[in-house]
Amino acid sequence: MRKHRDHRLPYAATVSVMGALLIAVVLVSFLLGRYPVQPGELAGILASRVFPVEPFWQETAELVVFNIRLPRVLIACMVGCCLSAAGASYQGAFQNPMAAPDILGASSGAAFGAALAILLGLPSFAITLLAFVSSLVCVGVVIFVSNHARGKKVLGLVLSGIMISSLFSSGTSFIKLVADPNNQLPAITYWLMGSLSGVKQGDVLFAFVPMFIGCLALVLLRWRVNVLTLGDDEARTMGVNAGRVRFIVILASTLITAASVSVSGMIGWVGLVIPHLARRLVGNNYRHLMPASMLLGAIFLLIVDNICRNLLMTEIPLGILTSLVGAPFFIYLITREHERY
Amino acid sequence: MSIQIDHLSFSYGDHQVLKDVSLTANKGELLSLLGPNGVGKSTLFKCVLGLLQGYSGEAYLEGESTRQLGAKELAKRIAYIPQSHYPSFNFSVFDMVLMGTTAQVGAFSSPSKHHMDAVDAVLDKLGLLSLRGRGYMQISGGERQLVLIARALVQKAKILIMDEPTSNLDYGNQLKVMEEMKKLAADGYCILESTHHPEQAFLYADRLLCMKDGSIIADGSPKEVLSSDLVSRLYGVDVTVRSFEEDRVCVCVPRWVVSN
Repeated sequence: MRKHRDHRLPYAATVSVMGALLIAVVLVSFLLGRYPVQPGELAGILASRVFPVEPFWQETAELVVFNIRLPRVLIACMVGCCLSAAGASYQGAFQNPMAAPDILGASSGAAFGAALAILLGLPSFAITLLAFVSSLVCVGVVIFVSNHARGKKVLGLVLSGIMISSLFSSGTSFIKLVADPNNQLPAITYWLMGSLSGVKQGDVLFAFVPMFIGCLALVLLRWRVNVLTLGDDEARTMGVNAGRVRFIVILASTLITAASVSVSGMIGWVGLVIPHLARRLVGNNYRHLMPASMLLGAIFLLIVDNICRNLLMTEIPLGILTSLVGAPFFIYLITREHERY
Repeated sequence: MSIQIDHLSFSYGDHQVLKDVSLTANKGELLSLLGPNGVGKSTLFKCVLGLLQGYSGEAYLEGESTRQLGAKELAKRIAYIPQSHYPSFNFSVFDMVLMGTTAQVGAFSSPSKHHMDAVDAVLDKLGLLSLRGRGYMQISGGERQLVLIARALVQKAKILIMDEPTSNLDYGNQLKVMEEMKKLAADGYCILESTHHPEQAFLYADRLLCMKDGSIIADGSPKEVLSSDLVSRLYGVDVTVRSFEEDRVCVCVPRWVVSN
């Protein structure tokens, strides 16, 4: 049998490298910050949770590692993983390589819901819930409108995504206008810029359940997503109930997008840029693409978040940096779209 | 009997596309469906494949009504081979063919080793093994069509539906694809294809069905069916059908070319 012409590394090797890289970045993240933690101390602190180790570090170091940095590191990985997985899934479900959580309005929808919840003074649970519902409604309206759009399906989808997104954004703007400028407006603004600086242990626990369910569904259905990209009729003749699978994939993607933005605020571009980077590395087969996107997303967002909290004396909102990286990459992508591997 | 269609009618709104179509197709037969554009060939295929509902009449696959079969059961009986196309994502040839095994794989799983071995066996059989790792979008139209045939073969359905399989192909690839289909019919597959080439159907089909205005107007061996009168009536042009090589090849020529 002839060896296939493949310039890429084998999948197992690529994923192992990504996994090792993720662990390395996670460990380094514990060391970085205003309160310095030495590698030796970190090793001791982590080991003390499993083995009896006599503390040779200050108690503050342990508090910083577990109460401040651990939740933040976890949430950065989870949000990166989810946004990237959602982007890859949307691209497959809509047969559109340019689809992303933001392009279909899931993020704007969630932002509107969160802003509304903040305006109404609801507790953090309700903010997440409303963000989720609003996100679902927004994607639902986008699909409904694009089904009625004439002309090319992909174009109709992108256009209706832009329209509905902008509708929800104007709703968010209106909420900002009427919000109390002393406490509500800063909360909404913080939310819209996207940041992980206010993340607490509770947020991690709260976001974990919807993220886990959504990601599990996407991982389990990832082979089916391949068939979905061929179009409904072709998928059906291959034994896949395209409508049902697409619905579950969209629901799961919207669930994890909403859960992400409800704890992190709006973080753009990750869902578009990272899946495409993963496509370059492991190919378009979702069996490989989904895990690779998840790992790369986690690595990427964790690195960017580290830059956000360490580059300047004040925190840089995460959304600003992801756009800074994402937009140029998108331009690179569309200018070389014809050159497929 | 592999396919049995009984009095099937279908309308898009007020426009009746299929009018009381009945036909049967057997194991080992290559059937060509000939007819002008918009005559309802694709609609008929969609009804048989379970892609269109709301038709009257019945379609049976290996004795079972398509109405009783879910997508997965349908896929195990009948496979659809589209025209060679450009999907949204550039899958490798191997992955593209592997997708054909989806109906044999659980909803939450991916194909396993024996499915992959089956793919390699089919790629080998169709002479596509050297393209295994190439991108589906980087290969030629004829190769893409053969890849889609390979995909249908790993689906393990014994009935193959092909919608104008050679219409986007150059002459050489048209012949290659048709030769392959002929071999598959000889292997026991039941193949139903639509075509725009009377001459190609004459050369390769075991049976020829002619469709006009949503009805089958002729059904029989190509030699019996393909007359000057029929082709002229079917396509609304004035042609004469001439046959050569002991009636194994025919050619349709416009009437003005023929002097007598």
